[in-house]
Amino acid sequence: MTNTIANIDKEEDYFLNLGPQHPSTHGVLRLLVNLRGEVVKDLKPYCGYIHRGIEKMCERNTYPQIIHLTDRLDYLSAHQNNEAVCLLVEKALGVEVSDRVKYIRTIMSELSRIASHLLWWSAFGMDLGALTTFFYGLRDREHILDIFEETTGGRLLQSYNCPGGVMYDIHPNFQKRVKECLVHLKKKLPEYDKLLTGNVIFKNRAIGVGLLSKEDAISFGVTGPSGRGSGFSCDIRKLEPYSAYDKVQFDEIIRTECDSMARYKNRIDEFYQSMSIIEQLIDNIPDGDYQTKMKPIIKLPEGQYYQRVESSRGEFGVFVESRGEKNPYRIKFRSPNLANLSALDHMVRGQKIADLIAIMGSLDLVIPDIDR
Amino acid sequence: MNAIVEYIKEVLGGVKSLLTGLSVTVKYFFSPGEIVTQEYPENRATLKMFDRFRGNVYMIHNEQNQHTCTGCGICEMNCPNGSIEVISKTIVVDDKKKKALDKHIYRMGMCTFCGLCVKSCPSKSLAFGQEFENSVYNRSDLTRILNKPNSTIAIKQ
Repeated sequence: MTNTIANIDKEEDYFLNLGPQHPSTHGVLRLLVNLRGEVVKDLKPYCGYIHRGIEKMCERNTYPQIIHLTDRLDYLSAHQNNEAVCLLVEKALGVEVSDRVKYIRTIMSELSRIASHLLWWSAFGMDLGALTTFFYGLRDREHILDIFEETTGGRLLQSYNCPGGVMYDIHPNFQKRVKECLVHLKKKLPEYDKLLTGNVIFKNRAIGVGLLSKEDAISFGVTGPSGRGSGFSCDIRKLEPYSAYDKVQFDEIIRTECDSMARYKNRIDEFYQSMSIIEQLIDNIPDGDYQTKMKPIIKLPEGQYYQRVESSRGEFGVFVESRGEKNPYRIKFRSPNLANLSALDHMVRGQKIADLIAIMGSLDLVIPDIDR
Repeated sequence: MNAIVEYIKEVLGGVKSLLTGLSVTVKYFFSPGEIVTQEYPENRATLKMFDRFRGNVYMIHNEQNQHTCTGCGICEMNCPNGSIEVISKTIVVDDKKKKALDKHIYRMGMCTFCGLCVKSCPSKSLAFGQEFENSVYNRSDLTRILNKPNSTIAIKQ
């Protein structure tokens, strides 16, 4: 705070509070922007408006009960977050889950990645003034949410994973619906390119804006499609394959343009990669138990455990220190959004205030994940 | 001269890209073939939730107003939010004292619909309903007693 005020040296300098209730921050994030005219000198994010103390709440809960809280971190990648906790518990106990569970988890993760990127595409277009994208994106996302609702019972917060497997077996309609959805998406995705990718206004606002070099991406810990837009190879699915990711062929999308357009195109390409992963798995779901029998009260052996997964926005990590009790002594989530937000100040310096919205949109921030 | 040609090319290219986008929206304007909008609440009669939809938690009763809950309290133990409270009483059956359910209090305002109570119930007496219109005028209405008045425990066959 002190050095922000020290930066005021001219009369035309002023502060602007962007948020906490600003529509383009997609949640309650407050950015204190230091401006000279229209140019951003620096900004300071103020977190904590939606802090719910989830890590502390997890400490009083048992391991199966933690799952539903991780839904509420990054609500758009609820599946991946659940999976991280489940994988950690299974790793700590040495439980081997069946191939069926691995396949179901992978398909569900990729479906939620598509759903999350669809919502991001909608909101990104809306941030830049293209309201049409919002309707089209949400229309297609609806198909995936229906799949989730039919199998898991929840649309947004599924709570589908549980230590040792998944809560319920897949619905009989699941495979049929997923295939229909993929056909539908393949038809609709070229429209997205027509609507937004080629649009001259969008191009001018995205190309060459919000540069983040590879070195900065690594030092800020920017992961996910945003980090890969800067040429930082950080796909956990490739680096440390979990679930069924070692059984499928897919490319890690890396671009080196380092701008908002690279991050945008990365996500558009990830649609196709996720769809190809689902296509490889959906017909070959093996038979087996959807849940391994676990003890009624799960106690992790004493020690420290860490598990990371690739969520829709980057690397999501769970650290647990166990003292051998039924609830964790300390739990810490490494959320991708907090790291991505930390790079925002570096990226917007010297850019216009309107570009701040575009850059923030291209980072795809989800605020409840930042504050936890 | 070259600069002017470049400028005109740029403008025309921009106009073309806008028209390409416009062609998509115009196509949907004239062929609203796939309308996905649901006219809620007008479609209440036909609106059907998926059978696994996690709505309100209720206790399954049969026609004789009997349920299978034994009042063991496993659902209360498994609930992460403390939204379930099981109050048991002692009844005398065949000159033997037995634990039975008195009140199964469910506070929907605290429920996050994680499904652990339904899944962990050993006698399968809880289930998720299809109800999703849960708004009430008074917060106390969200606290419900799941076992119906004068209900008894079903005798195992």
